[in-house]
Amino acid sequence: MPAFLLRRLLQSVVVMLTVALIAFALFRYVGDPINNMVGQDTTLEEREELRERLGLNDPFLLQFARFVREASAGEFGLSYQHRRPVRELVAERLPATLELSFVSAVLALLVGAPMGVYTALRRRGILSRGFMTFSLIGVSLPTFLIGILLILFFGVILRWLPTFGRGEVVAIGWWTTGFLTASGLKSLIMPAITLALFQMTLIMRLIRAEMLEVLRTDFIKFAHARGLPARSVHFRHALKNTMVPVITITGLQLGSIIAFAIITESVFQWPGMGLLFIQAIGEVDIPVMAAYLVLIAFFFVFINFIVDLLYFVVDPRLRADKATANGQ
Amino acid sequence: MRFVSKTAAAAAALGCFVAAAPSHSETFRWAFQGDVQTMDPHGLFETMTLGFQRSIYEGLVARDENMKLVGALAERWENVEPNTWRFHLRKGVRFHDGSAFAADDVAFSVERIRSEGSDLKVVAQLIEETRIVDDHTIDFITPAPNPILPLQLEIFYIMDREWAERNNATEVTSVKGGDEGNYANLNANGTGPFTLESRQSGVKTELVANPDYWGEMKGNVTQAVFTPISQDATRLAALISGNVHMAYPVPVQDWQRLADADGVRPLAGPEARTIFLGFDQIRDELLYSDVKGRNPFKDLRVRQAFIQAIDIEAIRKKVMRGASVPAGLMVAPQVNGFTEALNDRPPHDPAKARELLAEAGYPDGFAVTMDCPNDRYVNDERICQAVASMLAKIGVKVTLLAQTKSKYFGKVLAQNGYDTSFFLLGWTPSTFDSHNPISSLMACRGGEDKIGAFNLGGYCNPRINELAALIQSETDQAKRQAMIDEAFRIHRDEVGHIPLHQQPLSWGVSEQVDLVQRPDNVLDLRYVTVR
Repeated sequence: MPAFLLRRLLQSVVVMLTVALIAFALFRYVGDPINNMVGQDTTLEEREELRERLGLNDPFLLQFARFVREASAGEFGLSYQHRRPVRELVAERLPATLELSFVSAVLALLVGAPMGVYTALRRRGILSRGFMTFSLIGVSLPTFLIGILLILFFGVILRWLPTFGRGEVVAIGWWTTGFLTASGLKSLIMPAITLALFQMTLIMRLIRAEMLEVLRTDFIKFAHARGLPARSVHFRHALKNTMVPVITITGLQLGSIIAFAIITESVFQWPGMGLLFIQAIGEVDIPVMAAYLVLIAFFFVFINFIVDLLYFVVDPRLRADKATANGQ
Repeated sequence: MRFVSKTAAAAAALGCFVAAAPSHSETFRWAFQGDVQTMDPHGLFETMTLGFQRSIYEGLVARDENMKLVGALAERWENVEPNTWRFHLRKGVRFHDGSAFAADDVAFSVERIRSEGSDLKVVAQLIEETRIVDDHTIDFITPAPNPILPLQLEIFYIMDREWAERNNATEVTSVKGGDEGNYANLNANGTGPFTLESRQSGVKTELVANPDYWGEMKGNVTQAVFTPISQDATRLAALISGNVHMAYPVPVQDWQRLADADGVRPLAGPEARTIFLGFDQIRDELLYSDVKGRNPFKDLRVRQAFIQAIDIEAIRKKVMRGASVPAGLMVAPQVNGFTEALNDRPPHDPAKARELLAEAGYPDGFAVTMDCPNDRYVNDERICQAVASMLAKIGVKVTLLAQTKSKYFGKVLAQNGYDTSFFLLGWTPSTFDSHNPISSLMACRGGEDKIGAFNLGGYCNPRINELAALIQSETDQAKRQAMIDEAFRIHRDEVGHIPLHQQPLSWGVSEQVDLVQRPDNVLDLRYVTVR
């Protein structure tokens, strides 16, 4: 186990370094940040001086080494655009993204999993067909379109829900939450549905497919033959055996929910990390972009790591194999 | 992390239901595509940021709803000697924190814009030194006679010396350095009609009316909430659904949608920004062309051919939906020095253009690459496409390189060595005076006078540099106007650039509010009335 952990950690470091390098290299091609920082009446000398001061004239490797050293200490420097430490900006925006992602993930699981089980058990039911059609829409419609349609219907036509932003938030320490106010909760509904829809349908289709597979196996037939109640067979035996791929996909999807919140956030002007990143691209705010990419890579690596550990919990065969391999 | 106060939260919660309960709405909510960049009034020379700060901070002079220059913190001013402007300051004005406004604060603010992080060094250069005459009188000594100094000071706001010293903000918030926590970047203390209630950059900024404001408020706004919304569709939805009272810019193609929707209207007007084309006239061979060994744009006939090939009416009707104002000059009618008589354009005449090209030795035209931004000006890329197709009719093959503003400016501006052969650019004189474009856009660049930095094509007639210096210091308005006219006439005759049009302002406004649309795209909260 420790060797396994160590190997995984080492791989993670390599992944992080690679992401940092790619991200950093890309930034050299996104335009000149100086123009967005100064006005039209700034002289050439002042522009050049600023360039020198920001270290933009240094060689590539030197800039990268400096970046890695500071990033590993959690220090991403000052945002060119906001003129504040990136660390603070990220800390401000992180709660918004995490709350949105969390609600979306829970929504996707709580709705997607039962739908998946149901459609697997009642394959020819009318409701099942309805779910399947709905899931096709969820998988095929792009996120921004779903968001805009929701805004149009519930925001502009019905005027039930706010069309943008996070509503009022309550600060608890450095964390801000929208869970405690009416406007915060109302604001959360449309973005959460938009973000959850794709994952929801994905989980549903995955569980359905896995369930159909498992339901055909001998041990389920045997369980039925033993006269176990259907509910026990379906949920204790069948569902549990579909869990390994489901956990993998759901775990990885959690990473992409956080990462791809960018689109949902910019459609709803949700003040999270994704929006910060989009704004940073527009303004060529390199420190913010770098911090975002590295942070998202970190989330992915971290979640992958957790998923690997969860296999051990869910699948007893893995534990047994290890034990046998170690001669115990 | 900043907290939203309870009252503000309650008021904002009410504001969410603005559409349902209009009687509560002296709260004004508005949205722009980008954020205010800083609260520091000397941190960034940019229209949107300075326009927003105008509600909190004030300068010595200001513009009223008709763009007329009026006194703000100065009651009146006079040119006592050629090199000296005397400002008589308003008495009894207090900053938001209660301290009194005096001449010392003006002197301090002048010092402050000289500090390292300042983006207003251009303004600082106009003032050699300040002399405090008494508590409410101050003299500005200029390096040379400067008849337009008051015009140039409109965007120079005054900060309280004691407040800045107490909060360690005597230097302007710089982009990098030891002052990352500079207080003035996130906090504000001006004399203006509104005080800063809370701010989360990129998310929301709240203002409340200053009960002790010295001046008159034409509107009735007591609280104002600003949100940046970058997506056009989201911004428009927020407006139509009543979540905000005003949103800008609105894409020209969405005007009809706004006109059709209930309770909102599009508000358009001519902006003081002139959009123009320019050519590389300085290199001996163009960087991006199939003509080798010579530069076709050095030939006046080629430049004339280009201007006559462009059908500006077609651009106005088809690309700008009738909302642009065709221009013959490099300045808009709102700008001081504009002369109607010089604002006509040579007629659109492709046959003549082809003839001129043939005379210049290019009977079959030539190929050239055009640089164009695609997210900076109203329909910028479409204008470039239209120009390219019009030039195709006289045989000039234009390869269009349209890209995002940071890439575009990074390529064509001075720091990249003016890397362009043919380009589209827009300009609003920050002083609203013709001297600014004459010296920045038309004068020969690279000279000892250090002007012409934005003359991207390197158009050069030394007489314009002479005139720029003369215009800068001439105090007789009639003589000055004659010089401006001369510079414009030279530039026009030599087709230094091709002015296209003034682009339209494009705002979306709720029927619940009345407001004034300024030609520099600034929203002045003092003139907003919520019904």
